[in-house]
Amino acid sequence: MHPAGLRTDSAGLRRSESGGPNVTSQTLDNGLEVLVIPDRRVPVVTHMVWYRNGSADDPLGQSGIAHFLEHLMFKGTERNPAGEFSKVVSALGGQENAFTSYDYTAYFQRVAPQHLGRMMDFEADRMAGLNFDASVVAPERDVVLEERRMRVETDPPAQLSEAMAAALFVHHPYGIPIIGWMHEIETLNRANAFDYYRRFYAPDNAILVVSGDVEASEVIRLAETTYGRNAPHSGAAERVRPREPDPRAARHVSIADPKVEQPTLQRLYLVPSVCTASGNESHALELLAEILGSGPTSHLYRKLVLETGRAVNAGAWYMASALDDSRMAFYAVPAQGVTPAELEADLDRVLADVSGALDADSIERAKTRLIAETVYSLDSQSSLARIYGSARAIGQSVEDVRTWPDAVRAVTRDDLATVAAQYLVRRRSVTGYLLSGEPS
Amino acid sequence: MSETITEPANSPANVGSLITPEGIEAWRVESEFVPLVALSFTFEGGAAQDPPGKAGAAQMLARLLDEGAGPYRSDAFQERLAQHAIELSFTAGPDALGGSLKTLTTHADDAFELLRLALIEPRFDMDSVERVRAQTLAGLRYQANDAGTVASRRFFAEAYPGHPYGQPVSGTVESVARVTRDDLVELHGRLLSRARLKVAAVGAIGADELSRRLDHVFGAVPETSRLERVPDVALQGRGRQVVVDLDVPQSVIRFGTAGLSWRDPDFIPAYVLNHVLGGGAFTSRLFQEVREVRGLAYGVGTSVVSYRHAAMTWGYTATKNERVAECLEVIGSEIARLSREGPTDDELAKARDYLTGSYALGFDTSTKIAHQLVQIAFEGLGIDYIRRRNELVAAVSQDDIRRAAARTLGDAALLVVIAGRPENLG
Repeated sequence: MHPAGLRTDSAGLRRSESGGPNVTSQTLDNGLEVLVIPDRRVPVVTHMVWYRNGSADDPLGQSGIAHFLEHLMFKGTERNPAGEFSKVVSALGGQENAFTSYDYTAYFQRVAPQHLGRMMDFEADRMAGLNFDASVVAPERDVVLEERRMRVETDPPAQLSEAMAAALFVHHPYGIPIIGWMHEIETLNRANAFDYYRRFYAPDNAILVVSGDVEASEVIRLAETTYGRNAPHSGAAERVRPREPDPRAARHVSIADPKVEQPTLQRLYLVPSVCTASGNESHALELLAEILGSGPTSHLYRKLVLETGRAVNAGAWYMASALDDSRMAFYAVPAQGVTPAELEADLDRVLADVSGALDADSIERAKTRLIAETVYSLDSQSSLARIYGSARAIGQSVEDVRTWPDAVRAVTRDDLATVAAQYLVRRRSVTGYLLSGEPS
Repeated sequence: MSETITEPANSPANVGSLITPEGIEAWRVESEFVPLVALSFTFEGGAAQDPPGKAGAAQMLARLLDEGAGPYRSDAFQERLAQHAIELSFTAGPDALGGSLKTLTTHADDAFELLRLALIEPRFDMDSVERVRAQTLAGLRYQANDAGTVASRRFFAEAYPGHPYGQPVSGTVESVARVTRDDLVELHGRLLSRARLKVAAVGAIGADELSRRLDHVFGAVPETSRLERVPDVALQGRGRQVVVDLDVPQSVIRFGTAGLSWRDPDFIPAYVLNHVLGGGAFTSRLFQEVREVRGLAYGVGTSVVSYRHAAMTWGYTATKNERVAECLEVIGSEIARLSREGPTDDELAKARDYLTGSYALGFDTSTKIAHQLVQIAFEGLGIDYIRRRNELVAAVSQDDIRRAAARTLGDAALLVVIAGRPENLG
């Protein structure tokens, strides 16, 4: 329905239980990695190609180019004119879409198994043969500008999120929105798109994931005859990412808008991701976010909503899946008569005493829930494809995904207290208020 | 217990049915692939049964069922769910109060017992009622000036004035403030009855076990109860254009015209027609003309909406204020042209191919299957509908499409609601 969607999900997807799906992994001669995850219940396959590049790889001054290119990838190739791929997908009763995130870009179709070879043929073609007329660029850029108007320009809460990310990441491109800044999107052109395409779109910078009603050997055979004909670029495209400095100053930002009738409080902390964490820090942070802020049994909800009534809702999330240092977030919706600033003091009191949240029952309950989600994910072939694809796109191994539940199970109370003490400190934070009123 | 299994041929799911000793009929798909059970159910009679002046009551009721039941206060109830990773939720729609349960098979005893308590013995403790009210009000305020929300609310108010469908399911700040605990208790007594229950289960659960568990959960629900009569209603305001002023650079547009009920013999042709006009693929006429050719919008589409007592074809898009007039012109002329000329033979063939080919995609997770089964049961289409559905789509002819177009798009007069600051509107 909404092609070319952005993926800015908060917590990311959970991974699968150890001994869960039977994942086959193989690399073709041209460097394309192939993952196959069988689920033979329904005659449906999910076919995804992941590229190891996202908005954080946009060249300076060209924010939004990864996402704009994702749109332009639907505009045809030397072999197939604009719209041909989509017409075939549709005529075969398939569904398709694509999304851009900070660290990766992915394209997918869902079809009956007998059409998988055709999807691979088309997708392999657009990996190497993108070509379109200059006349399609301006209308498609208008589409992206309308997308940004829809997501951000008309929505004060989204403007606050954007401002907070920009304040949290003072140096790293995670502070730049995936869709890009308005004034830079307006200048993106065909040459920018092709420069970026030639840099990153190649079999040795991609991961093919096929889940559903398939045999691994058949997928490999089809991949060799389709993707196998694409020449590798010599070596994977290098990602040049500046490292975020150790933060010294707590920051506050606010958005005031007459359209706001319900103020909110937001807080972000700069924390390690699954890729930058040492030891089991990232697993501890995942569990900590679950204990502190997931649902009505969480510590934050209990303290701020149930016990004191200072907020009507409260929660937390942690974005583990990122190549570079990432974020943990807290949010609270103040009760009538409570300001975001007043609620911030309450939030700080709760976070100053995290140890109060770390009783054995709460830890066990949070582990049970996180691990159960991995079993639930086995029920969805498209979830599995996304879990494994996103993990490989940031350099996590299939084994990392498979052993994730064991790693979560092994987190101790001390581990939780340690990451909380180390990372949930004011100097690492940005606090945001969404306020009613005229912009100051 | 009696049990039947339909023919699996041409069906995306192998659906059986059973009738429990207490007389509860359930549709089911058994699969051992994942050790979980997904249950979905609805009771007919949702927000359309809200007491006068108290829109939002059914939604508050749905949000309160898992906020304490039987011996467990809200926090204890939620802890029991969380402890076993049981996912339980209730929702209110215009015509039904629905719910879904997902559990690992190892925790099925707890899961079904908590569901039984939530349905039969909700506590409606005053602190929970006030907390849910505060959350609902905060949600309403949060969305108060969201262009999409504003446009949709006004659209329904214009389309169904004086009818329950004209009221938002989530209510208004004023109406939610008026809902009392007594209203919730009374509504709970009216909405839950076995006579209007539809239920489906998917996953690693055998027929005997399911039958026993369903009787445990739903056996104590009253056999019948009294619903207020809801009159049939046609969409009003065709040909009108309403602007809701909002200080945003992009206007959100909702448009609608007549539709056909899922139970109508012309529903399937109308559904195929909608696919050509603005259904969920990049090939639809509106997607091509509004987005691909002119870059007017990121999203544009239409869908067929079938309620118990109303049906409509409705659409959405959003474009910058300067281009609203152009966007409406394109949409209006595409609808008029499709109504006048119908689709080409090629378009019709491709629409049938897409809709038949993609049907199985909606059956790839247990939760999706359970939800689909309950919807089909709710519409009274019969357990063999899943097997027949693709034949119905494949049989749609140009004559059928013309008939459906005349009954839905007709003279292409639309009710249009715009939230924003559109420029140069005629």
